[in-house]
Amino acid sequence: MLKDEDRIFKNLYNDFGAELDSAKKRGDWLETKEIFNKGRNWIIEEIKTSQLRGRGGAGFPTGLKWSFAPKEVGSKPHYLVINADESEPGTCKDRDILRFEPHKLIEGCLIASYAVNAHTCYIYIRGEYFNEGQKLQKAIDEAYSKGLIGKNASSTGWDFDIFIHYGAGAYICGEETALLESLEGNKGQPRLKPPFPALIGLYGCPTIINNVETIAVVPTILRRGGKWFSSLGREKNTGTKIFCISGNVNNPCNVEEEMGVPLKDLIEKHAGGVIGGWDNLKAVIPGGSSMPLLPKEVCDTIKMDFDACVENKTGLGTAGIVVINKDQDIIKCMARIARFYKHESCGQCTPCREGSGWMWRMLERMAKGEATRDEVDMLMDVTKQIEGHTICAFGEGSSWPVQGLIRNFKDEILERNKYDPLIQRKKEVPYLVDQHLLEKENA
Amino acid sequence: MSLKKISKNQPDTFKFDSKNLSEAEKIITNYPKGKQKSAVMALLYIAQKQNNNWIPLAAMKYIAKILDMPYIKVYEVATFYSMYNLTPVGEYFFQVCTTTPCMIRGAYKLVDVCKKKISEKESEISKNGKSSWMEVECLGACVNSPMVQINEDYFEDLDEEKFSKIIDQIDKNLKPKPGSYRGRLSSEPENIRKTLLSNKNA
Repeated sequence: MLKDEDRIFKNLYNDFGAELDSAKKRGDWLETKEIFNKGRNWIIEEIKTSQLRGRGGAGFPTGLKWSFAPKEVGSKPHYLVINADESEPGTCKDRDILRFEPHKLIEGCLIASYAVNAHTCYIYIRGEYFNEGQKLQKAIDEAYSKGLIGKNASSTGWDFDIFIHYGAGAYICGEETALLESLEGNKGQPRLKPPFPALIGLYGCPTIINNVETIAVVPTILRRGGKWFSSLGREKNTGTKIFCISGNVNNPCNVEEEMGVPLKDLIEKHAGGVIGGWDNLKAVIPGGSSMPLLPKEVCDTIKMDFDACVENKTGLGTAGIVVINKDQDIIKCMARIARFYKHESCGQCTPCREGSGWMWRMLERMAKGEATRDEVDMLMDVTKQIEGHTICAFGEGSSWPVQGLIRNFKDEILERNKYDPLIQRKKEVPYLVDQHLLEKENA
Repeated sequence: MSLKKISKNQPDTFKFDSKNLSEAEKIITNYPKGKQKSAVMALLYIAQKQNNNWIPLAAMKYIAKILDMPYIKVYEVATFYSMYNLTPVGEYFFQVCTTTPCMIRGAYKLVDVCKKKISEKESEISKNGKSSWMEVECLGACVNSPMVQINEDYFEDLDEEKFSKIIDQIDKNLKPKPGSYRGRLSSEPENIRKTLLSNKNA
C-alpha cells in the first residue's frame, strides 16, 4: 500500500477543509515563484522525467503535450483549458479535487499556463457540478485576493486569469474538441483532427487541454521532483492515481493509490470487498464505462496501470472501477451502458448516431432473451462498423463495452437467446424497423 | 442527443431583471472581445433561473440580441444540452441517476418512489404542483450511489425509505439536507478507512 507521505491529495476526504490557509499548511502555494525561476524548459523537462500521463482517460504523456505548444507567442494568444467535464460513468475523482483540493488545481493551472505561454485559463466544469464549481470559484476568489493569481501572480511577473465555464449536461463535451466548441458558444460536436488544439484550438489559437487530476498533481511533482513521481509504479506507468471504486462492493470509495496496484487489493482492502465475497464477483469495468469489462479470472491478478490494462484488452481510462457481482444481470448492465451512449451521442457521425441506438435495442432484447442466435455476431458486426469510423473516440467508447461483453460472456448471451435465425423462419425483421421515435413519449 | 419538446405555452416577452443583467454583463467580460458568444450557455442558465427553472423562446431571442448572434444559434445550443429545460418543471426538480453504477445499487427503486410519490410519468408535475422528476444519465457521484439531484444539490447514498422521507419533507415545505444519507462527509470508505489516518489526529 502507498505510504501516506507519498499521497498527493492529502485532503481527499476533506479532513481539513479546502480553504487557502489549510491548503497552505499542506504545502500548496509554497514558493511557487521558485518554480517559475527555474524556467519554462525546466518545468516541461521535469514533467517529462516524471512520465506523467494524462488522467482524463487517454493517458497521453503530459510533458509531451505541453511541448507541442508553440515556443514563442505569435499573433494569437495561447490558452490553457482544464477539462472538468467529468461524466464517464463510474468516475467521480475530479469532483473531490474541485471541492476539497481546489488550490492544488489553481496552482497547477498557474504553473501549466506559464509552461505553455498562456495568460488565460478556462475551467470547463460539467453543469451538474454547480456546488463544486461554487467551491472552486470561492478558492479562485481567495487566490485573487491574496495575489496568488491575477496581475503579477505570486510575484512572478506573470499575469494570469482563471474563468469557470459551466457545461450543461452533455457527456460529449468531455471530448477535447467538443469542449472547445462548447466553450465558443456552439453545440458540443467534436472537430476533425488535425489540426490539433495545441496549434489551432480555442478561438483558433494554440490551446492546451488537460484533465483536472493531471494539472492538480503538477505542483507536487515539481516540488518533490519528477524522479520521485517516476519512482512510483513502473516505467511509463508512474505515479499515483485516484481510483473510484463503485458498484457491488461493501464500501464504495475514492482512494489514491500507486499506479500498478493490484485490482484485487483495491477492492478488498479499500472498498471492503465484493458484496457476497470475492467468489461472487462477475466482472469489473476497470476504467469508466467506455472500457471493456474484465472477467473474474483476470480480476484475480491484474495490476491497474495503463499498459497492463491494454495487455488484457481493456484500458485504465479514468480508473473508474465498477464492480459487478453475480446478483446482477450482466447483459442488462451493458444494455444500460449502451443506452447511456445512445442518449449521449452528439449526432454528428452516422455510425455512432444510428449504431449506438442499434446496440442498445439489440442488447435490451438480448437481456430479455428475445434475440436470435445469429444476432450476437450481428451485434459484434455493428460495433465494428462504429469503431474507427467516427470523428471522435466516442465511437470506440460506445462499442468497446459491447465488444467486451460479447468477448467474455458470449455463452451466457447464447444460452438466453435460443431462437433460430429470423431469415430461416421467414418472419419480419424487427431490427430493420426504426424504433427511434417510439422510445419515449415525453422524450 | 436529447430530443426536446418546446412548451406550448410561451410568454410573449422576456427580459433579465437588473441584477441578472449585470451578472450577465460580467460573465460576457470573461471572454475575449468579439467572442461574447461564448457566454450563451451561462446566459441561458441565468434565464432558466429567473424563469422558474425553464427557458421560454422569448428568452432565447433576448439572449441572441444581447450577444449579437442569430436566434437559431441560441436555439441550437438550448436544444442540444440536456440541462436546459424548455418546458416547465417542478419547483423541486428531481433528477434520478440510473446509469449502470447507480442502477446496480438500486437506482430503479428510487424511480419507483418517484412514480409513487411525485407523478406516474416522467417530466409531469406532481398533483401538489411542487415537484417533477426525470431519469438522467451519470451525474458523477458513482461512489455515493444511488443518488438523486434535486435542483442544484446532490442527495447521496440513498435507499427507498430515506428518499421517501426527503420527498415528504419537501412536501411539508422543509428543506432536507443535501449530501450523504449514510453520514459520510465525502467519498471515503465508511468505517474501514486505511489511508490518511494521521489526518484525523492532526
